[in-house]
Amino acid sequence: MAKVEVKKLYKIYGHHPKKVFTLVEKGMSKEELLKKTGHGIGVNNTSFQVEEGEIFVVMGLSGSGKSTLIRCLNRLIEPTAGEVIIDGQNIVGCNNETLLEIRRKKVAMVFQHFALFPHRTVWENVAYGLEVQDVELEQRRKKAYSALEAVGLEGYEESMPSQLSGGMQQRVGLARALATEADILLMDEAFSALDPLIRKEMQDELLALQSRMKKTIVFITHDLDEALKIGDRIAIMKDGIVVQIGTPEEILNNPADDYVKEFLQDVNRVKVVTASTIMKKPDAIVSSKDGARVAVRKMKESGISSIFVVDKERHIQGIITIDDALSLLKEGINNIEGIINKDIHTTSPDTPIVDLLPTAINTKYPIVVTDEDNKMIGIIVRVSVLTGIMGEENSDV
Amino acid sequence: MYRIPIGDYFDALIEWLTDNLEPFFNGIKTVIVTIIDGFEMLLIAVPAYVIIAIIALIAWKVAGRKIAIFTAIGLLLIHNIQLWEETMETLSLVFTATVIALVIGIPLGIWMARNNTVERTVKPVLDFMQTMPAFVYLIPAVIFFGLGKVPGAVATIIFAMPPVVRLTNLGIRQVPEDVVEAAKSFGSTDKQLLMKVQLPLATPTILAGVNQTIMLALSMVVISAMIGARGLGEEVLKGVTQMEIGKGFEGGIAVVILAMVLDRVTQALGSSKKARTG
Ligand SMILES: Nc1ncnc2c1ncn2[C@@H]1O[C@H](COP(=O)(O)OP(=O)(O)OP(=O)(O)O)[C@@H](O)[C@H]1O
Ligand SMILES: [Mg+2]
Repeated sequence: MAKVEVKKLYKIYGHHPKKVFTLVEKGMSKEELLKKTGHGIGVNNTSFQVEEGEIFVVMGLSGSGKSTLIRCLNRLIEPTAGEVIIDGQNIVGCNNETLLEIRRKKVAMVFQHFALFPHRTVWENVAYGLEVQDVELEQRRKKAYSALEAVGLEGYEESMPSQLSGGMQQRVGLARALATEADILLMDEAFSALDPLIRKEMQDELLALQSRMKKTIVFITHDLDEALKIGDRIAIMKDGIVVQIGTPEEILNNPADDYVKEFLQDVNRVKVVTASTIMKKPDAIVSSKDGARVAVRKMKESGISSIFVVDKERHIQGIITIDDALSLLKEGINNIEGIINKDIHTTSPDTPIVDLLPTAINTKYPIVVTDEDNKMIGIIVRVSVLTGIMGEENSDV
Repeated sequence: MYRIPIGDYFDALIEWLTDNLEPFFNGIKTVIVTIIDGFEMLLIAVPAYVIIAIIALIAWKVAGRKIAIFTAIGLLLIHNIQLWEETMETLSLVFTATVIALVIGIPLGIWMARNNTVERTVKPVLDFMQTMPAFVYLIPAVIFFGLGKVPGAVATIIFAMPPVVRLTNLGIRQVPEDVVEAAKSFGSTDKQLLMKVQLPLATPTILAGVNQTIMLALSMVVISAMIGARGLGEEVLKGVTQMEIGKGFEGGIAVVILAMVLDRVTQALGSSKKARTG
């Protein structure tokens, strides 16, 4: 049995949603409905199932109805029609006690802007879900502390939320959702407000938690990379309609329609592909101890007109050209120190290639990829930056 | 042209109210008199120095040393110019009016915050209460309650209540939507949402409303005195009507001191709350 099942769910915004419902049911589009009746469509005839232990990601452009959909799952927004079945129980139209019980025990939520209670300490925030259930103080404290430990915030129990960084605040938000031991987590763009690095960290952490806790997670995001990284399955929404559901591979390989395709293209490939993916081993390098003679020979062997110079620990020194090396030999000098051109560009392996583009356009020589010790680990030639950026199109043909 | 006889309607309404709701007004009167007299008895029975010490101590706790010193000196001055009893009478009236205004006003503000229809209905009534010149309802108040402190208190309540209603409403509505959503999503009942999240977060704003209500209540003391409420207002009024300028001035000074003490202390109450939560 599916953990969460949504059946023919509709949410219409406006003054008389029930009245215009038949129009929507008959298939009137969001745009047309708005023009004719002034009603907006949040969610339109949506059905899907989320299996136990699954991370189900919902994506879509702004206004496509993601937040509306996820809020229907715990009835923070009242659906206009349809069913939301949680553990076999339809919560649409259930009485108030049942709804409270579901919210207290089964479904917990994490919010985009954290939505912490600013007047409560961190642990009191985390214990909130237990407090409304009248769990006794010591028990609450114990569970809150262990939830905070699970998200790596031990030591901050007595802090106020405003004293924490954004990433830490969202950990509190996550701990608050974990504390009630609900097995369904609803996360509405939970990481969108965080810096990229913190965001990545939180994604990793969520995956780590998930491998231990096996929650059922509905996760909303704008970000395809995030969706691909954490989603077991992905649903793509457009104008309140789920246009495609599938595993990341299915979606990437068989986009259902142009909207999805466009959506996938929106993920900037240049942002995902980094220097390390397109770098290659240099054909030849020369040590600064080697003389001009060796350098010339190596260049001739590899058929190149310039060669990078490294020291014996492979620290990058610069580049020399075959012309300079040859004239040096003519003058009878073998030591190449004098002709090393230090004006080269280096980059770290995880630089997105989009950032390499300006350099690639302006430099004559390949870009050198170095590690944090300035040791050469590879080079990037101009042409691979360009094909890297256009990689998607190329692989299509 | 036909003139709409608003005045006549109002007369008729007042007449009808006096005829039919007398027991009701008597009930209100008893309640108010009991509270004012209770305060008065207490404040006058306790020696002045004890009260000054207590108020200064409260000021110290809430608002710090400077304001505590000012409070002590100010109250001692009042005592020195022999307006202590009058001040305590005024204080009783102001307290009573404020307490009643809060008891009615805060729940009303909460109700407004939770229901848009109530908000739409109550707002114009509040405007009316605040802008209608106090003298206009002073007269019906006298008709309903007779001369004395009760009609003064009623007029004061009407005049002073709007800020606390408005600011309670505002304070609750200002609680961020997603924080409210978070509280709901964990299964809060309406009451839990109110008590654990909305009211605590609205408290600084509500306290600002309380402060304004107290100030407005104080501003009514002279007007109340015109219909027989005693206290500092009476002193000021005597000064004006009997051309005893010095006496009137002394009464005025006492009102100002009282106002400043109440203002600084209640303001500090609000901002200390804000500092703790923000
Ligand atoms: N309270 C509301 N009243 C009327 N219309 C609303 C309301 N909330 C949302 N909508 C409309 O419903 C549609 C879906 O909104 P929703 O917030 O669910 O989108 P979303 O996918 O979460 O967008 P975003 O990515 O910007 O968060 C939008 O067209 C929006 O304008
Ligand atoms: Mg949204």
